[in-house]
Formats: sequence, C-alpha cells, structure tokens
Amino acid sequence: MTTTAPGRPQQVTFRNRLLRLAGMVTTPLLPQDYLDLIAPLRSGVALRGRIVAVQPETRDAATVVIQPGRGWNGHLPGQYVRLGVDVDGVRQWRAYSVTSVPGRADGRISVTVKAIPDGKVSNHLVRRIRPGTIVQLDQAQGDFTLPAATPERVLFLTAGSGITPVMGMLRAGLADRADVVLVHSAPTRDDVIFGAELRELAAAGALRLVERHTDTDGLLGVHELDDLVPDHTDRETWACGPVGLLDAVEEHWTSRGVPDRLHTERFRPTVISPGEGGTVTFARAGVTVEADGATPLLDAGEAAGVLMPSGCRMGICFGCVVPLRQGAVRDLRNGDLTTAVPGDGVLIQTCVSAAAGTCDIEL
Amino acid sequence: MTVIQKKADNPIAHLSAEDIEIIGKELDAIRDRVLADRGERDARYIRKVIKTQRTLEISSRAVLLFSLFPPAWIVGTAGLAVAKILDNMEIGHNVLHGQWDWMRDPKIHSTTWDWDHVSPAEQWKQSHNELHHRFTNVVGKDNDLGYGIMRVDEDQPWRPMHLGQPLWNLINACFFEYGIAAYDLELGDHLKDGRHKDPAFRARAKAVGRKIRRQVLKDYVLHPLLSGPSFLTTLAATFTANLIRNVWSHSVIMCGHFPSGVETFEKTSIEGETKGEWYLRQMLGSANISGSRLLHIMAGNLSHQIEHHLFPDLPSSRYREIAPQVRALFDRYGLKYTTGPLPKQVASAWWKVIRLSLPNRRSEVQETIAPAPLVSTTTA
Repeated sequence: MTTTAPGRPQQVTFRNRLLRLAGMVTTPLLPQDYLDLIAPLRSGVALRGRIVAVQPETRDAATVVIQPGRGWNGHLPGQYVRLGVDVDGVRQWRAYSVTSVPGRADGRISVTVKAIPDGKVSNHLVRRIRPGTIVQLDQAQGDFTLPAATPERVLFLTAGSGITPVMGMLRAGLADRADVVLVHSAPTRDDVIFGAELRELAAAGALRLVERHTDTDGLLGVHELDDLVPDHTDRETWACGPVGLLDAVEEHWTSRGVPDRLHTERFRPTVISPGEGGTVTFARAGVTVEADGATPLLDAGEAAGVLMPSGCRMGICFGCVVPLRQGAVRDLRNGDLTTAVPGDGVLIQTCVSAAAGTCDIEL
Repeated sequence: MTVIQKKADNPIAHLSAEDIEIIGKELDAIRDRVLADRGERDARYIRKVIKTQRTLEISSRAVLLFSLFPPAWIVGTAGLAVAKILDNMEIGHNVLHGQWDWMRDPKIHSTTWDWDHVSPAEQWKQSHNELHHRFTNVVGKDNDLGYGIMRVDEDQPWRPMHLGQPLWNLINACFFEYGIAAYDLELGDHLKDGRHKDPAFRARAKAVGRKIRRQVLKDYVLHPLLSGPSFLTTLAATFTANLIRNVWSHSVIMCGHFPSGVETFEKTSIEGETKGEWYLRQMLGSANISGSRLLHIMAGNLSHQIEHHLFPDLPSSRYREIAPQVRALFDRYGLKYTTGPLPKQVASAWWKVIRLSLPNRRSEVQETIAPAPLVSTTTA
C-alpha cells in the first residue's frame, strides 16, 4: 500500500541509527554478539534453530525436531533445509527434507535423517546430538514440490530416505485431494522409515502402498512398474532415492515419451571424488588452470596471473586464506583432505593446499 | 645475547644436519597427533572463553555505571582489565593466528575477527604472523627484536638514542596498544625516509586512525557519558583498565624473546633454511613463563612461547598439553629450554633493555668468534 511507503524507510533508518549507536558502544563487537549470549533464536540474525527432540524411526534413522529462529520463513511440502551442525567441533552443512507439516502451531519443523555408513553428520544427528543444541539453518529451498493445482493422480517412487520429502507432502494432506500410489523400497520391513504411519494411511484407504523389501525381493526394476502400477506413465510422478534408481527412472519416462510428468530429487547433487591434482577455476578472475597434486594452489594461481593474497608461504600466517566454493584440496604438510560443496563456507590456506580434484576458488 | 653464529660456544654445534631434520620430523609428529585429536573439546573451550570474556566485559561495564562508589570502581575496573586482557591475549591473538579457523565458524575466524585494540586486525596479522613468526629472532629481519626503538641484542648497532631505552620501554609498556599500532604501520620507517605520502601507507594509517577513534569514543566518551554522574570516575576506570591490560601484555610479550638464554640469528643464516632448521630457530629463539593454569590463560598461552612458535596455528589450549613432549625433545638433543617464573623473566628482559642501552663492553666483543654456519656440516 502506498500509505505505508513513506513510513517504512524512516523506521529502517531509525533502527539502523539505533544499531549504529549501540555498535559504537560495543565496538569492536556488534550488539548482536552480546544478544547472542541470551537470545540466539531472535529475529534479524543469521538463522539458527534449537534441537527440541530426537525421535528414533528405524534402527538407523531418526526424526530431529527443531525450533527455528524467528527469521524462519516457512516451507512448502517437499522442500529441504540446509543444516549447519558442529561435528567434532567442525561446522558441517547438509541438506535434509522437511518432514513436518507447514505452519505447525508451535512453529517447529522436523527433518528425518538416515545414518549412512561413515556419514559424519547423519550419524551425529541420529545417534549423538542432544536436545538443546543450537544448529545453523538456511531458509527452506528446492522445487521438489507439488504444483499449485494438485494433480488428480500421483505416483511416488522412493527408496530409503527418499521417502522423507514425500512424507512431507503426504502429511500436508495430499492424499485427501489426489489418488496416490507410493512405491517404496527399503532393505527390510523394519527399515521402512515411517513404516507404521504409511501402512496406517494405506489401511485407511488414503493411498495405495507398494512396499519393496530389497533384502528378500531384490532391487526394483523399472520394467516391473507396468505390472505394479499399470497407469504409471499417466500419473504425475515424483521420484527420490539413490542415483541408480533416478537414472533408470529418467530413462524409462523419457523412452515412454512423458519426461515432463517426472520430477526427481537428487539428494547428493555434487559428488566430490578426491584424486591427485585437477582443474582449478578462479571464477572472479576468469582463470582456469590444470594443477598437479604437488603444486600449492597459491603457486598455480600466481603462475596463471591471478592476484592471490599471500604471506609467509609456509602455512603459518593465514594471510592466504580464501574460500573454496567447491571441490577437494589436500594439505601438502600431512596429506589431510578437505572437501567443500557450495554453501559450506570452507576456507583454505592456498600456500599449503594442492588440488585433489576439480576446485572452484572464489577469487 | 649475540647471534648464534658468532658465539664462542655455539649451542647447536653438536647437532648434525640429520639430527636437525629428525627433530623436525618429531615436531611434525607432535603436531599431527594434536590435529588428529582436535575436536569438540577444543571448540567448547574457545566458546567458553569467549562467552566468559563477553559476560565479564558487559557486567564490569554495568558495574562501572556506578563507579562513583569506590567499591564499584574497584570491581568494575578489575573486571574490565581482565576482560580486555582475555580479549587481546587468549582470544584475539590466537583467533587472528587462525588457531580456530578449522571450526569453520564464520564468527570465530581469522578472516572476520576484530579485537579490543587500536591496531586493525588485518595489519597486525601481517606484521605479526607473516613477518615476526617467519623471521623469528633474525637480526635485521624480525622487528620484534626491540620493536625498532630499542637495542636488545649485542649485534644490533648502538646509537645514542638507546641511552633512553629503559624510559622508552616503560612508556611503550603503558601505551602498548598504540606502540603496536605504530609498529604494525612501520610508522617510524615511513616518517624517516619520507615514504609517509605513499598511498598504501596513507590508507593503512587511515584505517588505524578509524580504529583509534572508535576505541577512544567507546572507552573515553560513550561509556563515561552513559555513567552520568559517574562520568569522570568511569573515564578513570577505563583508562586504568587499558593501562593494566597494556602493561600486562607488554610484560608477557617481552618475556617471549628478550630474556637471557634466547638465541638470535644472522640474516644470511636463513637462506635456504630447511623445515628442521626453521623449527630449531623457533626452539632456541623463544622463552616460556612457568606458572599456574590461570597465568597461562591470562597470558594467552604466550607463556608457552616455545610451543606457540613451533606450532602457531594449533589451539592455544593445547600448548600446555604438548609442552612436556617438546621439553623432552629439547633434553634429548641437549638444547636449552628457556623458562622461568614471570617475575624472573620480566626482570631478565628488563635487565637486558637496561644493559644494552649502553654500548657493548670490550669483554663481550672478545667473547665472540668468527661467524660459523648455523648447521654444522660434519656428521657423527
């Protein structure tokens, strides 16, 4: 409304002025730094959440209930949220589908996590994290969501923790509005996350549930869909699970001439496979070079004419620290590997780090 | 103290080149063991120190709002002094060293941290981390040897201005943060050779000016104003807290490289220096302070100067834990691990400042011999 337009900037200025004045009193810290001591979840700061409960779902999966900070904008069923969790003292970011109903009265959200073997964060969330812990949050994102007009017939093809975004949609009442078939794979009956809830929905006639227990029945082949769900290509389909399943499904829907009816969610879009050396991109400088596994990124960048910050060149002064947007580097002093995907906020010392795969450096 | 290369009894003459490389490998192993174990316990420690510091600072300043009452003045001043010391020493110095970068917490990171100090973090990082830690105790390269205003080594040429250095040192102690800011700026050098018009220098000088203004505004205008009728007493309290912080950090830092037993090195000796030789220089070029856990925390663990110089990027809280291993290594290779209680080390450093305000005596000159290489090339 136009009437509010003149008032708003004034408000902002007043608040900013107040903050600036407070900042003069607290310099070099910000007033926020002190408020963080008492109210870490208040609005107007980097989004955080407090773990409220951790509820076991299966032997290796749990639902983590989070009270998000006041800045949380809500989510759409099927979307995921990025969580920054301190594991062994190191902040790690991972994305998990939101499994709770949007707009709960208590404002809480939940994500359901399956512990994968050697998974640093998933194991921490399922087995070790305690209620009361503060985690970092991002706003919900992702387009694995239902369209505004609910399709009449829906098929969900899921495996393992791929059920989580779908559960978000089902809990939001999708089954009341559409004819839903869910084909879900898990190793055994007990490994089906939300097994009891899904079977209850199926028993009540809200959806048709096809469970595939792969330990006894083997992996689901796409050709079996013709028998299991004869009208599957007529259904608006959402698939979420391991890469193998998604690849097969995409091929199948394309070969049937209806690729538009398929929506997929790939849980791990970026696979970092560390090796020796690799292609290094300095995006802002617009430079790409091939670097071997023994050359510090600092040298590689300088040799290519990139203006690199630098200092002692021996790993002690931290004058060369820059963000590694994506990729893998190896510490030349002890061989330690560091990997990053976008959003991780990983900073590396270029003078003692060499490429261990493709690297994307923010310079 | 004379550069190690000119000493009659070179304390590392008994080490072969292999010995030095083995010492380096052993130190690498100590570092790797800490890295392998570094984790949640360390993260909890630094967050606790930061929380303590912030709580102490805000409550001390709150108490000082009533500083007109003498008990409030005393409690508030003491609390604020401790808070400022924690900010500069155990938190600021160590965070700016990148000791906590591994946590990937953007709020506790060397690239984002700022401290309660008039030298901007960026400039301090350059002069301290890059120059002092790399060129530790190399005469003519490490400006920390006397901070450019004093003579703390026989091999630094004597000039008449050095006669006043006990006084300069006292003034520097009282206004240490300004001394550091001027030092990080290389103010003296720039004024001397007329490079003060250089645009890069002017930009850095402006950054220092901004930082000073902000600090002064906070400490000497805003907080006293907030205290209302206690304006003057709060002003005095903040001044006193800054003075205590300055004298304390100056004393601790002076003990790091000035006490007797610490070696210095010639410029040419570090050409082509190996990792092992670099480690050896750090071992011999630093001195510790012995004392309680509290002393170590208040000293920002610079009381473990030897361990800090060997591993400047390990969490400070780990220095105390690895000190016995480091000391055992010194003993095994017949090297002198210089340490002592704070009063003794401070006295030793001050004595050097006083002694070297005069030119070298003849006997001292005679003690020295012709330069020898840092590393003995003979092998056992």
